[in-house]
Amino acid sequence: MACIELDRLVKRYADGSVAVDDVTLEIADGELMILVGPSGCGKSTLLRMIVGLEDITSGEVRIDGERVNDKPPHERDLAMVFQNYALYPHLNVYENIAFPLRLRKTPEHEVRTAVQRAAEMLELAEHLPRRPAQLSGGQRQRVAMGRAIVRDAKAFLFDEPLSNLDARLRAQMRAEIARMQRRLGATTVYVTHDQTEAMTLGDRVAVLRAGVLQQYATPRELYEQPANLFVAGFIGAPTMNFAPAHIEDGELRLPFARTPLPPGIDAANMHGRQVVAGIRPTSFEEAQFVDAGKQRCGATFTAEVDLVEWLGSDQYAYIPYALPHTRRAELDALAAWLDRETLQPQLIVSLDPARRVAEGATMRLWVDGSQIHLFDPKTGKPLTNGAAGKSS
Amino acid sequence: MSRARARIGWTLAGLAVVVYTLFPLVWILMLSLKVDAVTPGFLPHDWTLGNYATVFDSGFFLSALRNSIGVSLIATLLSVALATAAAYAVARLRFIGKRLVLWTALVIVMFPTISLIPPLFDMWRVIGLYDTWAGLIIPYMSFTLPLSIWTLAAFFREIPWEMEQAAQVDGATPWQAFRRVIVPLASPGIFTATILTFFFAWNDFVFGISLTASDAARPAPAALAFFTGESFFEQPAAQIAAASIVVTIPVVVLVLLFQRRIVAGLTSGAVKG
Repeated sequence: MACIELDRLVKRYADGSVAVDDVTLEIADGELMILVGPSGCGKSTLLRMIVGLEDITSGEVRIDGERVNDKPPHERDLAMVFQNYALYPHLNVYENIAFPLRLRKTPEHEVRTAVQRAAEMLELAEHLPRRPAQLSGGQRQRVAMGRAIVRDAKAFLFDEPLSNLDARLRAQMRAEIARMQRRLGATTVYVTHDQTEAMTLGDRVAVLRAGVLQQYATPRELYEQPANLFVAGFIGAPTMNFAPAHIEDGELRLPFARTPLPPGIDAANMHGRQVVAGIRPTSFEEAQFVDAGKQRCGATFTAEVDLVEWLGSDQYAYIPYALPHTRRAELDALAAWLDRETLQPQLIVSLDPARRVAEGATMRLWVDGSQIHLFDPKTGKPLTNGAAGKSS
Repeated sequence: MSRARARIGWTLAGLAVVVYTLFPLVWILMLSLKVDAVTPGFLPHDWTLGNYATVFDSGFFLSALRNSIGVSLIATLLSVALATAAAYAVARLRFIGKRLVLWTALVIVMFPTISLIPPLFDMWRVIGLYDTWAGLIIPYMSFTLPLSIWTLAAFFREIPWEMEQAAQVDGATPWQAFRRVIVPLASPGIFTATILTFFFAWNDFVFGISLTASDAARPAPAALAFFTGESFFEQPAAQIAAASIVVTIPVVVLVLLFQRRIVAGLTSGAVKG
């Protein structure tokens, strides 16, 4: 196993468009690193630059400290699982898994033991004589993983390996990948657009947007201390609520409530400033269940429920709020930050799933002021410095 | 009711086509089995295999058969090997003048064969290729390569890029990826190209009769034209028919052998879907 360093990597195409822009990352030995971002953000390109299928415009890729920019893929000794698996249709499962060993002229008995071991680990033993065309999606996916783990590659690279599977299988394979990676202690780079996969699998997560690295941190840090508006909006499901707000008289004036300022904000310096407030759905509660002492560090407000999503273990209410027409522009600017088409003036609020909430009902809600993230609307950078999000 | 009628209709139509195409062949077969080729009638009066014996007894025909087999096989192997490499380049690489190469290749096929015979005849005599195997192999290759390249390029384009990329990541050099993954996946195309090329070379008459002068290189179809039978005064129709049948057999056998390989779609299941 090995560590991988990316040093100021740039990928510029002939037409001048930039897919990867000055990305510097290092993946420690045995670490599972996730590259996440919306589609077209350059994460797959970055992965293909590491493995050698894509030329590097500038910068350096180092594996164990050795520069590999000019090495062809077969000399880099990395194993990759492709999004569509890329199994060899003319070979059966056994030969598919054995293929990397055959290329290395491994003796037959070693091939047999290695393939058997990989097949057992992935529960493929009974499918060895079959052709890829006869397998289900999940089985093909496992064959692709078997082909990757059968030899001692320096690192594993996964390119959206679960995106072709249905939801149930995806959850199952996600757990299997995590277990396998821990067991093998393999350095792994995993590309996905799914923030759930990123949060559950990764030791560290790199968030990419339009080829630029936004933040490289542990899942917890991403969630609690997002480096900017984009990361805040991308990580977490349902996503963080954003609302234009301003600071006045030591209070945060939201369109629907006034709350005390979150900790770490210097009220005197910030007087009159326009800010963007980011509030997780879990920072809301029904007012009647919040004790008086706690109520003081937040604010209560009355809201009409537009739509309810009940999922059994969770319940989300959609709550529109009034926003003067003059402030719609702020919302549009926010949508651009988050790479979304439009942003509605509404909150998504997490409620106790045991409660029966009728659509159209009016509720008293409480928002926890200490959990609110504040961002600078111009730079997108956090003003709260991460102090807010930390679980108290 | 109407379905049954449609079935009868299709069967009749099929039978008509089969009779129409097979009749000349069966007629030649019957002719080759006649003792006396001059007497009219479809079925032979007296059956005999003597014509075949005569054909094989003449060293003339045997050497022609040897020439045909040798020239066709060599031309086919060289042509398919070259076409595979060229088609791969056309399908996978980006280079200047790719379209030009492809369209020039197509124009060559459109060229009337007969217009090339006089210049080739002159050239081959000067260089010393006249009446040699190479003198036939070269024109065969140049006429079959374009079609093979077009067929194979279409096959290579169908193979997903990921196949090669996966092979390269698995540790294959570009040549290993080509040989162990791409060629097996394109094998239906390669078989098609092989068979078409072989048929072209095997069935050729024009080059065969114009560029050869003796047993040294004259292929079987051309040799048939020089067939004289046992004596100068005899009409050798029955013997020619027997020789024709002998020449036809390899073609039929090849088609029967490889028909499945040609049709088989090996690429299914390569990727999801």
